Amino acid sequence: MARPGFVLEVDDRTPPLIVHNGEGFLLERFPLGTRVVYPPEALPAVRDVDEAIQNALLNPIESEPLPELLRPGMRLTIAFDDISLPLPPMKKPDIRQRVIEAVLELAAQAGVDDVELISANALHRRLTPNELRDIVGERVFRSFFPDGKLYNFDAEDRDNLTHLGQTRHGEDVEISKRAAESDLLVYVNVNLVAMDGGHKSTSIGLASYKSLKHHHNSQTMIHSRSFMDHKASKMHHSAWRMGEVLTEHVKVFQIETTLSNDIFGGPIEFLQKREWEWSLKDQASMLGTKRALAAAPAKVRHKIFTDVRANYGLTGVNAGAIEPVHEKTLEMVHRQHLVEVQGQADVGVIGVPYLGPYNVNSVMNPILAACMGMGYHFNSYRGNPIVRKDGALILYHPVPYEFSQLHHPSYVDFFEEVLAESTDPATIEAKFEKQYAEDPWYIHLYRTSYAYHGVHPFYMWYWISHCLDHCGDVVWVGANRKTVERMGFRSASTLQDALEMVSHSVGRSPSITYLHNPPHLIADVR
Amino acid sequence: MMLALEMYRSPAKYLAAKAVGGRIPGVLTGPAAPLRLVTINEPKAEREGWARIRPILSGICGSDLGMVTGSTKLYFSAVVSMPFVPGHEIVGELLDDCEDLPKGTRVVMDSVLTCAARGVEPCEGCVSGNTNRCDRITVGHVAPGLQTGFCRDTGGGWGNLVVAHRSQLYAVPDGMSDERAVLVEPLAGAVHAALRAKVQPGQSVLVSGAGAVGLFTTLALRELTQAGRITVVAKHAKQRELARAFGASDVVAPDEVFRGVRRSTGAFRLKQDFSGGEFLLGGVDVAVDAVGSKNSIDTVLRVTKAGGRVVLSGMPASGADLSPVWFRELEVTGTYASAREEPNGRPAFETALELAGRAPLDGIVGARYPLYRWREALDHAHSAGRLGTVKVAFDVRAS
Repeated sequence: MARPGFVLEVDDRTPPLIVHNGEGFLLERFPLGTRVVYPPEALPAVRDVDEAIQNALLNPIESEPLPELLRPGMRLTIAFDDISLPLPPMKKPDIRQRVIEAVLELAAQAGVDDVELISANALHRRLTPNELRDIVGERVFRSFFPDGKLYNFDAEDRDNLTHLGQTRHGEDVEISKRAAESDLLVYVNVNLVAMDGGHKSTSIGLASYKSLKHHHNSQTMIHSRSFMDHKASKMHHSAWRMGEVLTEHVKVFQIETTLSNDIFGGPIEFLQKREWEWSLKDQASMLGTKRALAAAPAKVRHKIFTDVRANYGLTGVNAGAIEPVHEKTLEMVHRQHLVEVQGQADVGVIGVPYLGPYNVNSVMNPILAACMGMGYHFNSYRGNPIVRKDGALILYHPVPYEFSQLHHPSYVDFFEEVLAESTDPATIEAKFEKQYAEDPWYIHLYRTSYAYHGVHPFYMWYWISHCLDHCGDVVWVGANRKTVERMGFRSASTLQDALEMVSHSVGRSPSITYLHNPPHLIADVR
Repeated sequence: MMLALEMYRSPAKYLAAKAVGGRIPGVLTGPAAPLRLVTINEPKAEREGWARIRPILSGICGSDLGMVTGSTKLYFSAVVSMPFVPGHEIVGELLDDCEDLPKGTRVVMDSVLTCAARGVEPCEGCVSGNTNRCDRITVGHVAPGLQTGFCRDTGGGWGNLVVAHRSQLYAVPDGMSDERAVLVEPLAGAVHAALRAKVQPGQSVLVSGAGAVGLFTTLALRELTQAGRITVVAKHAKQRELARAFGASDVVAPDEVFRGVRRSTGAFRLKQDFSGGEFLLGGVDVAVDAVGSKNSIDTVLRVTKAGGRVVLSGMPASGADLSPVWFRELEVTGTYASAREEPNGRPAFETALELAGRAPLDGIVGARYPLYRWREALDHAHSAGRLGTVKVAFDVRAS
């Protein structure tokens, strides 16, 4: 039986603790009394994955079994989560491949021959053929990709979008025409964190900017508490409303999978464990890895990390109607990630790792680093943030001035131009968002190269607006001073310096909570 | 006799200055410079229409620095007469009556030595009012010299006395400070450049360079045209600040030009093979190069949209890649000095005098040196941008 999450109070026997710090990690000695929130250990995995998938497809929740929905001559579309999930990418075979193969097998048995597969990347970058192959597997790739039946969603292909209508709040629902006109839309999801899945899959993954702008904006983001709880998140409320419109037009068969917390294996398995439980082998691995990373050139370090593949076990698979399926999913995700934390702290500490949803096979630029720390990890709570209102957030990441011109061309301009003018999400939204969203060069790169849509850096910045609004101080430890200054933050050399810098607002003996992740956790702050 | 800085012919020093001048300012104004402080005979104003002027302030222009550093092209050797006293940005006081201008009048000078000044039949350029295109700058009763400040017979602003023809002179309004008046000549050049740019209402403009030429051109573009977005390329903090004050909509660093122009115009940005050089498909409607370096000219040619206009305002270097001119059908035009009759129907100097009266020019003359501190003055002018100075001038009366 896996052990649940755990909150440790640092005392004089507590060893230095691992803190993720971009493409590396630190051993940090925290002040006495610091509360350290450890994620639960990995839940046991389903033993027979194929059987679990078959069972879900044949015994769906509030839906006819999948074979009953398939018939000859029908138009079937299978959409699936893109490369932004799971993090890190999983060892082969990808769970999406196994689900898609099972669905295709049933479709073939039913005589369905009009099938298309769409990567639901919304405004994310297109996946390369190899990246698509990694997700769907060699067999599916070879059968569909050469004929153009396996492809990336293109949110700027006006001829292939369908406006389905508006929600009762006047929000446009515009999605992939193929998906909208299908007799059945099967969505294959990977639910790594509770933010994903549900109506978010189709009404966001297959939507255009016209649709997305209704919830991906500063006002909605600032009032989304928390992203990990769709009932408390305004963004999810909007997606759910859109989902209602969408499902009035299209029959959706939702398949959601949940994964265990089993991320780091092999020589870096010590990252999964609690420091005081490290064996001699773990300690040796940790020291060896730390020194090797310190000595390695940046390119080698980058390669080491981008090559990491997680073990993930499948903890559940549910299929059927979107909402009841998602309820089951959330139950399992919360069982894996929730850690009960009593009360908020004056200071929250978070180590930002090397990887986020938007820099897979790429670099984590300063905006993405901010989004990972202040968007994803800060928002990894249920109930209340780990930091009290106007408290301080201390983040670890080197935040180098590093951008991928291939993947993030608009990010460079956003950093140089927009943030130079203002860091206030509402201000930059009003002044710059439309220009970036409609810039023909960004649109061209999004459609034909491997670039995130021009508006994407804005979304990343809106993502942190709740944190900006909530925290009085944000300090980065060990970060490039110029990059964090441009984003409106401060940089400290050490944790002690950071605590000194925030002492004017939280005092000299603040309560501190350190979120010890990844592996993923959700602080259930009571 | 008068004290003056004299530029003299010395091939060895010219080559030495060319070799090190632009890179090591301390050396260029030391023994390597073909320039010396001397006591020489005063120029004579014996012909009708000529008068003597006692310079008060005399600016140091980029073309003067180019000459001292040996970066001026040999092309110009045929249109100067050695030895000469440099200095063509002058505010001074008339020592003689000059036709309708009484002795004691404060004047500024259009330095081009046209047919009128030379006493020859007017050439086509002078007849049409394009006096800066005069074809007679090497003949007549004055020694060859494209301008005062490059002519053996007239003296120049870097000396205690200069002679000028009535056709060159404009009275400075009462109440205008000497510091503003000395800027009228470069402002006139900027007025000319802005009008030559033929900017249509709403068109986007790039001004590459935020030295005096770039800043004044920005000002003139904003004041005299209905340009839309004006993007200025500025390297230093003070330049950025002034560019905005003079009407720039955006200011970008030299390494951000492609990014900034692409963003502001919605252009497409391409990278060429091997060299990594970039260019835009699309870009600004009009670009003004106010630097003259190879890099700057290359950049403006590469960020101007097809069919657009490129104005070369800085003295151009060689070696720029002209592929975009051909491929994008660019219209490349030069601007030199200023004309008696500009497209707005007025002499550029009149417009410049008005601008000098109302523009935010306080503090633009950031340093004044007596002639005997010419080495420091030229070093300062050479590093003016980095030091936060726009214009360095000789305080001739203090010499």
